[in-house]
Amino acid sequence: MIYAFVVHIGRKAGLSDPEGTTTGKALRDLGFRGVGNVAFGRTITLEIDADSQDAARIKVDEMCQKLLANPVMEHYTIEAVS
Amino acid sequence: MTIAVVVFPGTNCERDVTHALGLVGADAELAWHKDRDLGGASGVVLPGGFAHGDYLRTGAIARFSPIMAEVERLASEGVPIIGICNGFQILCEAGILPGALIANRDLKFICKPIHLRVESTDSVLTRAAQVGRVLRIPLNSYEGNYIATDIDTVEDAGNVILRYSDPRGTVDDRSDPNGSTNSIAGVTNENRNVAGLMPHPERAIEEILGSSDGRVLFESFVASVEAVHA
Repeated sequence: MIYAFVVHIGRKAGLSDPEGTTTGKALRDLGFRGVGNVAFGRTITLEIDADSQDAARIKVDEMCQKLLANPVMEHYTIEAVS
Repeated sequence: MTIAVVVFPGTNCERDVTHALGLVGADAELAWHKDRDLGGASGVVLPGGFAHGDYLRTGAIARFSPIMAEVERLASEGVPIIGICNGFQILCEAGILPGALIANRDLKFICKPIHLRVESTDSVLTRAAQVGRVLRIPLNSYEGNYIATDIDTVEDAGNVILRYSDPRGTVDDRSDPNGSTNSIAGVTNENRNVAGLMPHPERAIEEILGSSDGRVLFESFVASVEAVHA
């Protein structure tokens, strides 16, 4: 079976995020009110061939820890989409 | 005594680094990232550039190049290793050096000479320098903004070896070109045998280049290699 996942990767809280800070400022400069913290991240869509969704998710988690996210500065969530 | 200069697809300045090492009396040889053995190299340099296109994150793919298992082994054995710019990013990704490098504060690629203040001489990159000495060396990066979740640990351990400063050695937000935490431009590891920095000392190695301030960093490195080798 092929299982699809979307991995969301973001900067850990407390670490600077120049893209987010700059974009938040641009939104406020454009006149949008009530703009709070703006944070950037990365989305990766993956298709995994595995025996079950659980087995596929375990693989994706391993991929996140090894390559897709940098545990020094990033957190991630894994969302199953099919 | 040979120093290996590792070349990844997308590396640049490897020949400049080789030239710089030659100027301070060392033999250097280029090594390809797919090599698995550095043949008893006495020291290793990971030069700058954009290894593997810097896809995903700077250094993220490069750290899994076959050569990196050998670099990690040599690092654990105490062999002197330095990373310049992209090489610094790769060493951080590999977890050999603390922290990470992210986009510059102003989201601009910075390519200009900047000033660095030597913070510690207890590293393979600074042992021949003096604390407080100011060096003028080119910076050439988009992702040179140093961060670490455990920044206090990095500071308390004395692992910060270089900070961005003004020409007189004053360190503040204005003299920090890229937003690096605590103006950090270079760090070392706990064992003091691995060090990395964002600026390019090989581009400030002779007066004809506008500055020879980078030379003392290569002299430090070669002296460190000789000390281990002796």
